[in-house]
Amino acid sequence: MNSLYLRRRIINWLAMGFSMLATLVGLAFLAWILWETLRQGIAALNPSLFTKITAYGADGGLANAMVGSLVINFIGIAIATPIGVLAGAWLAEYANRTKLGESIRFLNDILLSAPSIVIGLFVYTIVVLPSTALTHGSTTFSGLAGGIALALIALPVIVRTTDEMLRLVPSTLREAALSLGVPQWKLTLQILIRAARSGIITGVLLALARISGETAPLLFTAFGNNYMAVNPIDKMSSLPQIIYQYANDPGDAMHSMAWAGAFVVTMFVLLLSLASRLVLSRNKVSHE
Amino acid sequence: MSAQPGTIASSSLIQEQRSRRDALDERLFRWLLMGCALLVLASLLGAAGATLWGGREAFATFGWHFLVSTAWDPGNDVYGALVPVYGTIATSLIALLIAVPVSFGIALYLSEVAPPWLRTPVSSAIELLAGIPSIIYGMWGLFIFAPFFADHIKPWLTSNLGDKPDDGKVSWLVQHVPFIGKLFGSDYPFGASILVAGIVLAIMIIPFISSVMREVFQTVPTRLKESAYALGSSTWEVSWDIVLPYTRGAVIGGIFLGLGRALGETMAVTFVLGNAMTLSASLLDPGTSIASTIANQFSEASGLQKSSLMALAFLLFVVTFIVLLIARLMLRQLARKEGR
Repeated sequence: MNSLYLRRRIINWLAMGFSMLATLVGLAFLAWILWETLRQGIAALNPSLFTKITAYGADGGLANAMVGSLVINFIGIAIATPIGVLAGAWLAEYANRTKLGESIRFLNDILLSAPSIVIGLFVYTIVVLPSTALTHGSTTFSGLAGGIALALIALPVIVRTTDEMLRLVPSTLREAALSLGVPQWKLTLQILIRAARSGIITGVLLALARISGETAPLLFTAFGNNYMAVNPIDKMSSLPQIIYQYANDPGDAMHSMAWAGAFVVTMFVLLLSLASRLVLSRNKVSHE
Repeated sequence: MSAQPGTIASSSLIQEQRSRRDALDERLFRWLLMGCALLVLASLLGAAGATLWGGREAFATFGWHFLVSTAWDPGNDVYGALVPVYGTIATSLIALLIAVPVSFGIALYLSEVAPPWLRTPVSSAIELLAGIPSIIYGMWGLFIFAPFFADHIKPWLTSNLGDKPDDGKVSWLVQHVPFIGKLFGSDYPFGASILVAGIVLAIMIIPFISSVMREVFQTVPTRLKESAYALGSSTWEVSWDIVLPYTRGAVIGGIFLGLGRALGETMAVTFVLGNAMTLSASLLDPGTSIASTIANQFSEASGLQKSSLMALAFLLFVVTFIVLLIARLMLRQLARKEGR
């Protein structure tokens, strides 16, 4: 065994060892983060979290934050889904190879990872400030503004998955419908979107998973509210915002409630990403 | 759909009306769809415009001096961007320094080394890391990692690499290598620091970079790799000399994608950065970043301070936009190469 050969083998072993180590490090951090969230979160779980509101502080619960999160996320998804699906359909069906379509697709990818805090400030400028001015200060921050901010974060996710899924629909389907004289808008709405339905649902679920953990844009839009609020024009609290507030609080009781909130959010997000995988894989099986 | 010559005149009329209606519907539908797609463009322009508009007062008051001033003094109403800008760049660079090699290792393992049955579960586990909300990273960093760092890692760093060691004995390394003492010298007792924020960010962006790398590594034609193996190359040589040069552009794109994430990340860093508006050369001292400054101060700010925060947001948006633009352009080159 000459020395060059030996050196090459050693370098190879080192590199392989490094790659295994890197993977182990990644998995270790995943396990560490999930383990702490589970351990601290489950220890802090109790029924009053779901029944009492945050106004009671350490003796209270997170009920208003959970309701607020549901309302804000619902508004976000309800705004982003139709717009995102239609925009994705335009990219895939009408502007697939045009310059404008390519640019929008490109910009959508950038919006996908744009800093969410800037989106929050944008919605603060276009929703919170005008509503304050119009109502002379009686409506300032609102759940609706929070929902709009989350919609802007969900939008690029839905646009992208819809675009991708529609482009996967076989073109024979389009040709068959067009040859029967179906107008293109009917083709898009009633045939193509239906054919790509499970993919689009996956996109919506992923978008929901993405926005349900978002905190930064909610700080200046939904703001927070220690009382139960279901009217979208009221200030509204949300789980991530309460976690942020409680984790910065010096009290230990608050910290354990923040962990409980973190546990609920993490479980929700993980279940959603699991569900989106199931929707997609079940559809794959049925196609084969 | 064009009107057919009908045997009965009225049928041809109906046909014509119908085709006209269809054409109108079609046009309306097309406008509706295009309007929705243009909203993407509008929200990007709007975000830039709104922050620039909000920050106009700060830009007008401080001019270019805003970018280089370290002042952040709400008492005297004087603001400068340098401290948060430095914090943002320092934490993101530390994150890249850690995340790039680790992501490369993970991508290498998943595409070349791991047995096939292990690849899918390991890669979905790594992708799970990308799905965890950033506030969870922040909490974990604040309550678990920063104390762990302060107890176990920081003492070693300050006494071996810093210029302010606890026992007063400056190590040989610090005496002979310039700057290193400044970087790791600190008498701040807690864990929250620029280095910890960089580490937490690194963990957050590893799944993004590694999944891009893994995807592009799989686009390398098998015959190229097999030729190299047939000539007697080792796995490492194939990866370093064949796979990496072939995918260079897209790998850089993936790294920039991670950088874009790291620059704009708010919650994970706000918890572990210590929120100190002072410039310190040491990585173990607390600092601040653009996003965390905004998150901490915006609700209570007014007047010039609010405008300065908006100006900071504008800077952040422009910088991340450019970074992400480079990332996407680099990634698109590979897609073109494949003929997609």
